[in-house]
Amino acid sequence: MDNRVKDNRAWLGVLPVLLIVAFSGVIPLMTVVNYSFQDILDFDNRFFVGFQWYSQTLNDPRFITAFARQLLFTASILAIEIPLGIMVAKGMPRQGKKATAILLFLAVPLLIPSNVVGTIWQLFARPDIGLMGVSLNYLGWNFNYTASASQAWFTLLAMDIWHWTSLVALLSYSGLRSIPDPYYQAAELDGASHWQTFRWVELPKLKSVLIIATLLRLMDSFMIYTEPLVLTGGGPGSSTTFLSQHLATMAVGQFDLGPAAAFSVIYFLFILLFCWFFYTIVMSESD
Amino acid sequence: MINSIDNRSSKVAQTVLAIYCVYLAFPLYWLLAISVQQNADITGAFSILPQEPSLENFMELWTNPVWSRSFINSLTYVAINTILSISLALPAAYAFSRYQFLGDRQLFFWLLTNRMAPPAVFLLPFFQLYSAFGLFDTPLAVGLAHCLFTIPMAVWILEGFMSSIPKDLDEMAKVDGHSFGFFFFRIFIPANWGGIGVTIFFCFMFSWVELLIARTLTGVEAKPIVVTMTRTISASGIDWGVLAAAGVVTIIPGLILVWFVRKRLIQGFALGRVK
Repeated sequence: MDNRVKDNRAWLGVLPVLLIVAFSGVIPLMTVVNYSFQDILDFDNRFFVGFQWYSQTLNDPRFITAFARQLLFTASILAIEIPLGIMVAKGMPRQGKKATAILLFLAVPLLIPSNVVGTIWQLFARPDIGLMGVSLNYLGWNFNYTASASQAWFTLLAMDIWHWTSLVALLSYSGLRSIPDPYYQAAELDGASHWQTFRWVELPKLKSVLIIATLLRLMDSFMIYTEPLVLTGGGPGSSTTFLSQHLATMAVGQFDLGPAAAFSVIYFLFILLFCWFFYTIVMSESD
Repeated sequence: MINSIDNRSSKVAQTVLAIYCVYLAFPLYWLLAISVQQNADITGAFSILPQEPSLENFMELWTNPVWSRSFINSLTYVAINTILSISLALPAAYAFSRYQFLGDRQLFFWLLTNRMAPPAVFLLPFFQLYSAFGLFDTPLAVGLAHCLFTIPMAVWILEGFMSSIPKDLDEMAKVDGHSFGFFFFRIFIPANWGGIGVTIFFCFMFSWVELLIARTLTGVEAKPIVVTMTRTISASGIDWGVLAAAGVVTIIPGLILVWFVRKRLIQGFALGRVK
């Protein structure tokens, strides 16, 4: 990024992107902000209510529990998927036909529509017709994810790991591939242990791809909607109702536009804050 | 000589990889197994191997126009989205990777913030916006709406790849007397095929997979296949066989795409997006 030429004409290159993102991003966002300050009975009948919806949302116990649930979910999948993805990438062949075959196979779950992923896991985990559900019951675990909150969580985590670990693995693989052989030979000569090699040779090289992987998983898990909806419907009770589902119920189901908009703004700001924190902390460490 | 990336700790890692691949395969196998069975067999006796496999569920998908039309709808908006994203992101990524300009860093982060926005936030305004432009219930609306999320991603990925290409390439083209257009389309873009392959993969990964926006912006005419799937519940309960068969069908475009761009993808992932 350092040897770039100063030239404001480069704006011309960015302009088309700017226009389309402004059209489909800024206009809707402003609409949401606008709604969040109004009480909308119907579109001809609205009142300015100030920050009422914001304070209401922030004091709503359902919002707070959904938010806590969301944090727990995101933290859990990051704690599992990042190390697992690195391990999977480390086990891959460096090149050749076998490497290609494994790479393509790993990519498969990433390209399956999210409601299909939900469907697959529903079919797989159901205690009456699912391979996993029936097997677990056969092994003596009384497994029914539609009745137990902890089992619903277990199934949901298993599904997300199934769906997304490949992304971390593919990105880590690309990072590992960029490490030249002499680095390893030098580590070997120095008598470095496995852990030391990983810590001092591989991890520094993996850093930038791991930032991307973590950011992507952070953003996407924070907006998870379809998979839990199909798999558990947010239940049992509301034990797997995450922020997006809560929001969609408010906005589309109950047509509570004002509160839903305030919710949206808060939700969006939180994600921004998280990613920004993460981004600046990681970036400032590298400088 | 070296089989795995790090041959020293490869035993443990290879075992993890093998277990993970099996873990990936089981649910996929089960989907396939259910898709070739009839509902009575699925809910009846449990068996690991399908007892009387048949392609009847797939015939149902093939002959029923609702399914085939929604499948084509989905492919249409994914194609619109991918083409738009790549062609708009290429010049932008070039600008970010080669030039310093007023507000470039802020602009870059602002673009990324759009990728962070939860789609659920935009449901209602999207609906109103695209209805106002008469685009509701067209594949174009979905393709455009998805751009909000795929373009920032595309710019981000392409910028990384372009930055890893030395500026000497630009200068040599200038010395050789090539025009900028010639350089960009004939030299620079071919040098970035790997990055473009990865970008196509990521655009597809978002647009084909997304349900919430696609469902909100379509009615009957442009209904995508993922929405048709959510409506397989009839009076007699869920038709698991047809649902599974539809699931299998939705995996196929992804497989074809990965197969076609596999060289670019491997090249792209192997090159590393490491600054």
